[in-house]
Amino acid sequence: MMRADLDIIQQWIEPGSRVLDLGCGDGTFLAHLKKEKQILDCGLEIDPENINLCLKAGVNVIEQDMNKGLSNFESNSFDTVLLAQTLQTVERPDILVEEMLRISRNCIITFPNFAYWRHRLKLLSIGNMPQSSSLPYEWFDTPNIHHCTIRDFDNLCRDRKLKILHRTVVDFNHRSSFLMNLHPNLFGINAIYHFTR
Amino acid sequence: MAKSTPSDSVGLVSPELIHFDEPLELRSGRSIDEYDLMVETYGELNAQKSNAILICHALSGDHHAAGYHDADDEKEKPGWWECCIGPGKPFDTSRFFVVCLNNLGGCAGSTGPSSIDPDTGKPFGPDFPIITVRDWVKSQARLADRLGIQTWAAVIGGSLGGMQVMRWAISYPDRLRHAVIIAAAPKLSAQNIAFNEVARQSITSDPDFHEGRYYDFNTYPKRGLMLARMVGHINYLSDRAMRDKFGKDAIEGSFGRDLRSGKLNFSYDVDFQVESYLKYKGETFSTQFDANTYLLITKTLDYFDPSVDYDFDLSKAFAESQCKYLVISFSTDWRFPPERSREIVNNLVKAKKPVSYLEIDADQGHDAFLLPIPRYIEALKSYMDCVADEVNPGSQ
Repeated sequence: MMRADLDIIQQWIEPGSRVLDLGCGDGTFLAHLKKEKQILDCGLEIDPENINLCLKAGVNVIEQDMNKGLSNFESNSFDTVLLAQTLQTVERPDILVEEMLRISRNCIITFPNFAYWRHRLKLLSIGNMPQSSSLPYEWFDTPNIHHCTIRDFDNLCRDRKLKILHRTVVDFNHRSSFLMNLHPNLFGINAIYHFTR
Repeated sequence: MAKSTPSDSVGLVSPELIHFDEPLELRSGRSIDEYDLMVETYGELNAQKSNAILICHALSGDHHAAGYHDADDEKEKPGWWECCIGPGKPFDTSRFFVVCLNNLGGCAGSTGPSSIDPDTGKPFGPDFPIITVRDWVKSQARLADRLGIQTWAAVIGGSLGGMQVMRWAISYPDRLRHAVIIAAAPKLSAQNIAFNEVARQSITSDPDFHEGRYYDFNTYPKRGLMLARMVGHINYLSDRAMRDKFGKDAIEGSFGRDLRSGKLNFSYDVDFQVESYLKYKGETFSTQFDANTYLLITKTLDYFDPSVDYDFDLSKAFAESQCKYLVISFSTDWRFPPERSREIVNNLVKAKKPVSYLEIDADQGHDAFLLPIPRYIEALKSYMDCVADEVNPGSQ
């Protein structure tokens, strides 16, 4: 995760609170929050190399596949649940969102916006599956099995009666601009949602 | 000339017998007036006495966890956890002071059923009290006092050793900074207890058992102990591990036939390698281990369940603990499978304790925790390096 994402997200996290990071990678974000906000960290990860990096960084990491459920986590047991750049890779994003809301009232999701204009253009003009720095994969090796757009996620929030606390759309440099604020689903590359129910 | 030992080994070591004369009140209500513990240490205790780690052994383990005892014996095997203890290894003896003891009731030098009862002048035998994990940990805490260690940097153990680690975190929450629980379970399953009972029945039904007083008859239940160990071995290895070990010849069509004869006997003699292997392992073990200690420790296992004092809610048992946890399981372990470790982890998460958990893909079954499996060793090293940075001032 980029540093700018971190800066945006961390303002929604209370100092000393308990944070569950689903797909915590090498633990960079949790390590940062530990240092800056003295949080009680818990990361979920399945990649052995990343898990070892978490251990090296002193980050608490549990080897668990979130596609197999999160029922071992009690309801309302965390202050914040985070899912960064992983929504599009899970088997059932809708079920995962429900599970996140069960575990915490404070949920944060970030994902690459599939409807970004360059992606649209690539599909419309050349007819290839879009690739960009936020979607660096070929169609055959991508872990992204459920691409979604900002409009799609807005619809999910409406249908499931989620309450969006903040929605930020950022570009490659993880900054917002006038155009993005005007047409987030067209100009936004990464979406950051902070929501509750 | 003394033999040379590998540079990443602690080298030649000698154990020390430490006497305790303050009575130890046991969980059973009985007590032991005085006792000895056989202890081995590696590395140096720092000035702050903050870098000590305790290694807890499993059923058949003892104080000799690393290094060598005999300066001349070239064929001597090193201690049972040589792959983890030594300079540069996960339990790095250049950074930690490592303590390992033979538990009370053992048969490697500490007071146990084969020791002489000062009241009768004869071995305790079956009169030796049943020792629980809680009692062991109490005796280990007294050892820590004796060594001047107020707080362990980490308490570490596999299998039954992992159960001692849990008990440490529960009974002495302010006396350890890290708990490393490997291939363990929060309590035994009915199947685990059943295996233990078969082992016990094998021993007690041996005519040479003499109701546990075999010392007086100058004999020991060799066959019983051998059977007990054979059953144990099946339980400690995975199906896959056995296939790898004994099934290789199957590819060539001989289905793991015993190499000594190479052909089928059409009798009840040994035909397959797995049979001779189990027999060999059982026989070797029976000459090295005391039958009463085996009975005692299987009972210690059966009785382990720290949740009993907490409405059978393990998370409540962990509530007061202050340490960080590392829990590790192995994919093919069918004695204490990964789901048993996940039970521990889930209860720690429920108790809001800091915990890391790894499920290591390994073919070797329960025994994997003793073996140098790369991902496992690397994970232990990564974790313990952080512990070392934390407890050795000026090292960060």
